[in-house]
Amino acid sequence: MSGIPHDHYEPKSRGEKWLHSRLPIVGLIYDTIMLPTPKNLNWMWIWGIVLVFCLVLQIVTGVILVMHYTPNVDLAFASIEHIMRNVNGGYFIRYLHMNGASLFFIAVYLHIFRGLYYGSYKAPREVTWIIGMLIYLLMMATGFLGYVLPWGQMSFWGATVITGLFGAIPFIGDPLQTLLLGGPSVDNATLNRFFSLHYLLPFLILGLVIVHVWAFHTTGNNNPAGVEVRRGSKAEAEKDTVPFWPYFVIKDFFALAVVLVVFFAVVGFMPNYLGHPDNYIEANPLVTPAAIVPEWYYLPFYAILRAFTSDVWVVMLTNFLTGGIVDAKFFGVLAMFGSMVAIALAPWLDTSSVRSGKYRPMFKWWFWLLAIDFFVLMWAGAMPAEPPYSIISLIGASYWFAYFFVILPLLGVIERPSKQPATIEEDFNAHYGKSE
Amino acid sequence: MSVQSETTETPDMIEEPQETRRDFLYYATAGAGAVGLGAAIWPLVNSLNPSADVAALSVIEVDLDGVEPGTRITVSWSGKPVFIDHRTEEQIAKARADDTAQLPDPALDADRAIRPEWLVQIGICTHLGCIPLGQGSSDPLGDWDGWFCPCHGSHYDTAGRIRKGPAPRNLDLPPYAFKSDTVVVIG
Amino acid sequence: MFKKLTLSAIAAVGLMAGATNAAVIQSEIEDFDFSFEGPFGTYDENQLQRGLKVYTNVCASCHGLKYVPIRTLADEGGVGLPVDQVRAYAAQFDIYDPELDDWRPGKPTDSFPESNDPNAPDLSLMAKARAGFSGPYGSGLNQLFKGMGGAEYIASILTGYTGKEKEEAGSILYQNTAFPGGWISMAPPLWGEDVDFDDGSSNALRDEAVDTAAFLMWAAEPKMMGRKETGFIAVLFLVLMSVLLYATNKRIWAPIKRQAKES
Repeated sequence: MSGIPHDHYEPKSRGEKWLHSRLPIVGLIYDTIMLPTPKNLNWMWIWGIVLVFCLVLQIVTGVILVMHYTPNVDLAFASIEHIMRNVNGGYFIRYLHMNGASLFFIAVYLHIFRGLYYGSYKAPREVTWIIGMLIYLLMMATGFLGYVLPWGQMSFWGATVITGLFGAIPFIGDPLQTLLLGGPSVDNATLNRFFSLHYLLPFLILGLVIVHVWAFHTTGNNNPAGVEVRRGSKAEAEKDTVPFWPYFVIKDFFALAVVLVVFFAVVGFMPNYLGHPDNYIEANPLVTPAAIVPEWYYLPFYAILRAFTSDVWVVMLTNFLTGGIVDAKFFGVLAMFGSMVAIALAPWLDTSSVRSGKYRPMFKWWFWLLAIDFFVLMWAGAMPAEPPYSIISLIGASYWFAYFFVILPLLGVIERPSKQPATIEEDFNAHYGKSE
Repeated sequence: MSVQSETTETPDMIEEPQETRRDFLYYATAGAGAVGLGAAIWPLVNSLNPSADVAALSVIEVDLDGVEPGTRITVSWSGKPVFIDHRTEEQIAKARADDTAQLPDPALDADRAIRPEWLVQIGICTHLGCIPLGQGSSDPLGDWDGWFCPCHGSHYDTAGRIRKGPAPRNLDLPPYAFKSDTVVVIG
Repeated sequence: MFKKLTLSAIAAVGLMAGATNAAVIQSEIEDFDFSFEGPFGTYDENQLQRGLKVYTNVCASCHGLKYVPIRTLADEGGVGLPVDQVRAYAAQFDIYDPELDDWRPGKPTDSFPESNDPNAPDLSLMAKARAGFSGPYGSGLNQLFKGMGGAEYIASILTGYTGKEKEEAGSILYQNTAFPGGWISMAPPLWGEDVDFDDGSSNALRDEAVDTAAFLMWAAEPKMMGRKETGFIAVLFLVLMSVLLYATNKRIWAPIKRQAKES
């Protein structure tokens, strides 16, 4: 494995040598946690550890919940109440799992936006970025599948609406939707397969997380300065880096503890704040809730989905050009997935040679506008699909695409970046040298 | 684990007292972390213990009103059948007479029932866990007029003692108490 | 005319507000004070027992609480009835026992009966299935500061009848200021002085409504006390952990930062 030069594990005792020649697992762990890490990582680099925590939390609490949950349309809702009322501490474990999903998404969005600002997606980290986006996609799927399991009104109608997206695909849509649901509508077959997949996907995520970590351990971490670690020699590399253990492990744990203070306060004192009251009503296929709202973490993309109605000229044009195959509904689905694909394509859309947004005076503004756009879309997604929200959604969605497909490619050409530090050491010393 | 490849040539080495303070901080942090981890694991393990609805069923009250002498009823307790036998004078006398007989698992009839007329036992054969016959009106009662396990032919007498067959022990007795003359609390 | 102009001006300026109202039909929810509000709020045992009485004598004639096991009435931090009273309370219900294939008196291990009236929703989770507060402008800030407002919603419904009625599609609807849409099919269940409380508390309509809402909050979230306690201990511990890790982190990084300063 190429990478930043650093000390490797050397087995010393006979026992260590015996094991190392058969299974170099100690060496693998050593190399993983002693990874030379840029000294100058700031507090936005802590979300990775929060995400690892979330994955472990969700798997552990999830495995416990499964022991008490019954995936059957007649029993699912009651089994959740069984967990909430009868299982020892079950209410807390379930609230941890519920709100754990929200913490997971808060962390992943901050993680992604950190990457977007500091250009973490740029060469040579494209593979890390793509795998990260795949993880994000699987997280979305897992979260959606899990939300169906309590079999409340929002579970049921959310499942109906979201699987309806697949029905929008021309020609194969209807059979595909039936295949997904296991019947003409959301029913017991759907609940059972969603349960199975909700259990499966987190382990796929775990596998991808390992690959994600492997990928960036190969390239080395990006850092706020966006300049690479010097790799000419070990001595040179050590001027730019410190080992992950203990420097960043302790720093990350500190940040995690602070994040968890807020998390446990939410779980303990307002566990239903991020949920929807309608999900405490058992699913009823004959009554639709007044408004079907997805979980908050889907809202920005839900807004994009709804933004492209049949009266938008792009939709009309596409509809005309494809001879009616791409209608407004399908266009919305394409737009929603397209908006995520856009993030994944960032490594090739961004033409600037400068990695970190800190040294890109024009980019900064557009980036922060994107961040605001994200919140505006999130808000518009929670609102009814009518003016003025539909117009706001449309503007927000347009900016989302413009950022990735127009602004990023253009900025690299027209922008004059400010002066970057030559090395990470210089950046670190500039920060800690003058202050205090 | 040791921290290697310290890039610093560590300028002025720090003095003794500060060194101990540093150690203390590290130990305190590691200790608190371990405590936190333990405190997080315990509730997860505890959640596997019987839930409140199951625990609530571990004590049941049985109303014996209307159970005539010579009749037997079966109630479910903690997922197990409990045989309640309202014994007649003859059955009690028969059981007492056998107190001195050759018994595989010797026990006095007086020790097997709090009130002689009420025999309360767990209806599970002590051999391999089958449910002995004898509760139904037309069931075979075995050679000692008590219970008979059809699986491997264990015979129990009117005190629920094993008399013949492979079962090693007498029928087990659940914890129970009489709340009144007609109400027994099992569990 | 002037009023109309003003209204349209407001509507034009505050576009969002108008649309929000269109989504969540405006209803008047009073922000009642409940003893269980806030991080340290607890259920008031006496209030829950009063609410139970109102529920039993009034609500239960139509509604059910099928997810609430009767034995939990004895749980500490909740209604806290003595065990023998719980047993007596359970015995008043006729419960169908599939094991006996017959009806028998209720036991504490049974749950409350289901709704008698198919049109009356089960109330087990009502206090969590309704949000009294929302907004402003879809921001969720009201819920952050006032709470979800499930209990407030219930109390507001019970006190929100104006006395007006109308007939629609063969059924009578009652005007209620708290109900979304303004017309509810449930006839006013409480009038005041519907029950007498043993502790001599006021049985005025408003007090009865608040007691009932508190009881239904307990029914929906019986473990609230345990949840807050665990949450509080966890937060306290994590604050300590943060302080320790902060100090450790500072100390570990000190030589690295000192080196940066000296260069």
